[in-house]
Amino acid sequence: MIAFLLLLIPLITGVAAFIIKKQQLVKSWAILSSLITMVVAIYAAVKAPESSLSYNDSWLSLLGASFALKLDGLGLILVLLTAIAFPVIFIATYNTTYKKSSAYYGLMLLAQAGLMGVFLAYDVLLFYFFWELALIPVYFLCSGWGGEKRIPVTFKFFVYTFLGSLLMLAAILYVYSFTPDKSFSMASFYNVQIPYHSQAWLFWLFFVAFAIKMPVFPFHTWQPDTYEQSPTGTTMVLSGLMVKMGVFGVMRWLLPVLSMPAYAWGDTVSSMAVIGMLYGSLMAMKQDDIKRLVAYSSMAHIGLMALTLFAETEIGYQGVMIQMFNHGINIIGLWICVEIIERNLGTRKFSELGGLAQKAPALTVFFVIIAFANIALPLTSGFPGEFLMFTGIYTSQVTNYNVIFTVLAGLCIILGAVYTLNMIRKIFFGNTTEKTAGAKDISLNEKLVLTAVVVIILWLGIFPQSMLDLTEAASKALFKEADVTHLLTK
Amino acid sequence: MMFAALIVKKSSVIKSLAIAGAAILLVVNVMQLRGIQLLKINTTGMLFFDQYALVFTSVLLAVLLLFFILNNAEIEKIGNNLAEYYALIFFIMCGVILVASFKSLLILFLGIEIISIPLYILTGSDKRNLKSNEASLKYFLMGSFSTGIMLMGIALLYGATGTFAVDKMVFLTEKPAVIPVAGMLLLLFSLAFKVSAAPFHFWTPDVYDGAPTPFTGFMSTIVKAAFFIGFIRLFAGGLLPLEKSWSLWIAVIVAVTLLIANLTATFQQSAKRMLAYSSIAQAGFMLLAVLGYKMGGFEAMVYYGAAYCLASVGIFAVLAKLDDYSFEGFNGLAKQQPLVALFVTICILSLAGIPLTAGFLAKFYVIKATILTGGCTWLVIFALIMAAVSVYYYFKIIQAMYFKTGNANLAASNTFKIALAIIAVLIILLGMYPQLLLYWLYF
Repeated sequence: MIAFLLLLIPLITGVAAFIIKKQQLVKSWAILSSLITMVVAIYAAVKAPESSLSYNDSWLSLLGASFALKLDGLGLILVLLTAIAFPVIFIATYNTTYKKSSAYYGLMLLAQAGLMGVFLAYDVLLFYFFWELALIPVYFLCSGWGGEKRIPVTFKFFVYTFLGSLLMLAAILYVYSFTPDKSFSMASFYNVQIPYHSQAWLFWLFFVAFAIKMPVFPFHTWQPDTYEQSPTGTTMVLSGLMVKMGVFGVMRWLLPVLSMPAYAWGDTVSSMAVIGMLYGSLMAMKQDDIKRLVAYSSMAHIGLMALTLFAETEIGYQGVMIQMFNHGINIIGLWICVEIIERNLGTRKFSELGGLAQKAPALTVFFVIIAFANIALPLTSGFPGEFLMFTGIYTSQVTNYNVIFTVLAGLCIILGAVYTLNMIRKIFFGNTTEKTAGAKDISLNEKLVLTAVVVIILWLGIFPQSMLDLTEAASKALFKEADVTHLLTK
Repeated sequence: MMFAALIVKKSSVIKSLAIAGAAILLVVNVMQLRGIQLLKINTTGMLFFDQYALVFTSVLLAVLLLFFILNNAEIEKIGNNLAEYYALIFFIMCGVILVASFKSLLILFLGIEIISIPLYILTGSDKRNLKSNEASLKYFLMGSFSTGIMLMGIALLYGATGTFAVDKMVFLTEKPAVIPVAGMLLLLFSLAFKVSAAPFHFWTPDVYDGAPTPFTGFMSTIVKAAFFIGFIRLFAGGLLPLEKSWSLWIAVIVAVTLLIANLTATFQQSAKRMLAYSSIAQAGFMLLAVLGYKMGGFEAMVYYGAAYCLASVGIFAVLAKLDDYSFEGFNGLAKQQPLVALFVTICILSLAGIPLTAGFLAKFYVIKATILTGGCTWLVIFALIMAAVSVYYYFKIIQAMYFKTGNANLAASNTFKIALAIIAVLIILLGMYPQLLLYWLYF
């Protein structure tokens, strides 16, 4: 029941938001709804009894698809992330006025409903349904409220993602044809026996869909433009939550079902991920626009997650799971700061910024802490995740190149430090420019929200055990499904 | 209806009569589905009103009812002979029912002709418009030619098997002789012409573009769906023993149709022509259902027919009310008529195949049937890539409505909006609960 509630609350409040016309009222409505969802999600994580976490109903029984929702460890992390992220986003963007705000907030809540559905679905067809559904509100959000070149850019994003999803649909149906009881449920998909010669192209069809979403090189070309052109609230949703859909998809549906080709093609995919990481980090160093820099930095971080997934170690899986949460919070914190800078100063370019620390010390403190989390400095939440991931890559049993991958990934972290610290220096230190001369410090709601983000960062950095407890069972289960080393002859 | 033209002069009475007629037909059809028969006519085994035919005709009659409600005002503006237009449409529906329930090749031919000849007249009914005259002549000449080919095919099949009855034909499955295969191929080509599959589709854009928009809406939905049911009943029913001969042909036709239609549609400037090409592309998908006949192709066909007809009727009805048929004609519609824009968006999302709409489940059923039957997975992947291409031209309409400024003006009465709302609600309901329709096939 709780699982269904998590889906239903944003859905109903989203549809209702379209009718509310007064801007202040609809903002409060959105914040209230997302806070309720957050409370329900935290309750589900901490105290809820097992039975209420799953919800099963018949839907397309002739086809073998059921409306099955369940909160297990992997889904729980991401549901928590979604539930916490949305109130943070709404409160942080409280001061921004959007024209036709009832449509804006309605679409954001519908996007949350779609995301919840993806993370909760225990049935492949339902997963696919929500995967596509989450795309539609984001399309309208980016096209309606974005920057100058938003229409062609958003359209490219939509068609690219849609093509990947359709290919995944073909693969889903092909795997479905091999299930003994002709059903789309998770159990039958995990246990299906597919003839080996089909597994390779099935793997690639699935992986292309997820790779476009994450994005992994070379399917990344939509990302920097889309992140730049969309309104920052939507960018938070895109980079904080929607990319996790891709990583989640690999963990939930690709590695357990198609584990042999995941092993066989693991080196290829890992190389793609590493190239993406290096490319993203190098491009980030060259950017003048803050938004594009953060976009490329996000690509580098997600590349690391993809690399870890295909290294197939239990500790690596755990690292990816907690890093999904941490990266989500960090990147949303970064985007909040970017939005504040853009809204108050009217520019996103480094060349026009500088010396902001003198005018807005509170913003500086928050930004620096979040940026340190981006670099994975110890004491911040970025560190445990990255450390576990590096351990996973280094101790990987399935690849011969684990040392090379670790070294290159470590190089990217160092490059990350370069561009992040460079960004801090250029925005905050040095002399004030004409744009920043009249800057004021941030307002109360922004301080509140950034405090929350920083508290989460520091808490999870110093005491990550709570996260690790949540994810341990799920990563063990995933490792059991995805591991093929026992099948290999020594 | 025809006699009504002589007696009644007031157009509103004629329109109500048309709607009443469509409603009565629908009710009678549904009653027959449930086993209540009003008239018993001995059709000497030439017609067979089985469950599948009745469901399909019920769907088409329901769409016809919605079509009448939506387009009444526009049909009146086409010319002076309002009652005759309705009479012709009802004649066409008679042909549709014949095609849906045929058991004898003669009845199939009769049904196709009864559909086609009034359509030639309706296409040219805008007498002062040169494009309409051209479309009508083109359709008539090419249609008659294809009918000739079909007759030759029927004659060859009769010569080979000695009977017209489709379920009594016996073929050698190991090495089919030349004559029945040739007959089958000729039938295939002529039916492909009627459903506008490539490379027999060249008449479609000009005819759909030239005909008055309400009739285009009728032609591209109800009539096309009727030809499809004839197609699947013929090839996956009677001519099934010859499967090895026609399956590769149909697969190639599907591939060429999807390729040509989707690529050409992206270059169109006029929304009406784009919708014509889009209907060719949708026809390609429906043909794919024929290839999946073994594992649910029949139910995929009826579901796809329902989803496609609903969405297309909605869009053509809105297009009929606009002055400007290019994409710019839609500019700024969302500001002027937000409800209408929302319903059009739902129809377009259904045509593009976005989940939660009937169009997605329709494509899903077709693909599932084809993959499970096996043997043409390459075609399925190609079809999906083409479906992604189709998103481009469908979304041009959404972009014009919501994100461009212009002055599209639409005079929409409340009945119009209610009918569009019904279509949108049906699309979403069918998209979540396909059992609503498919249940009728089995019970």
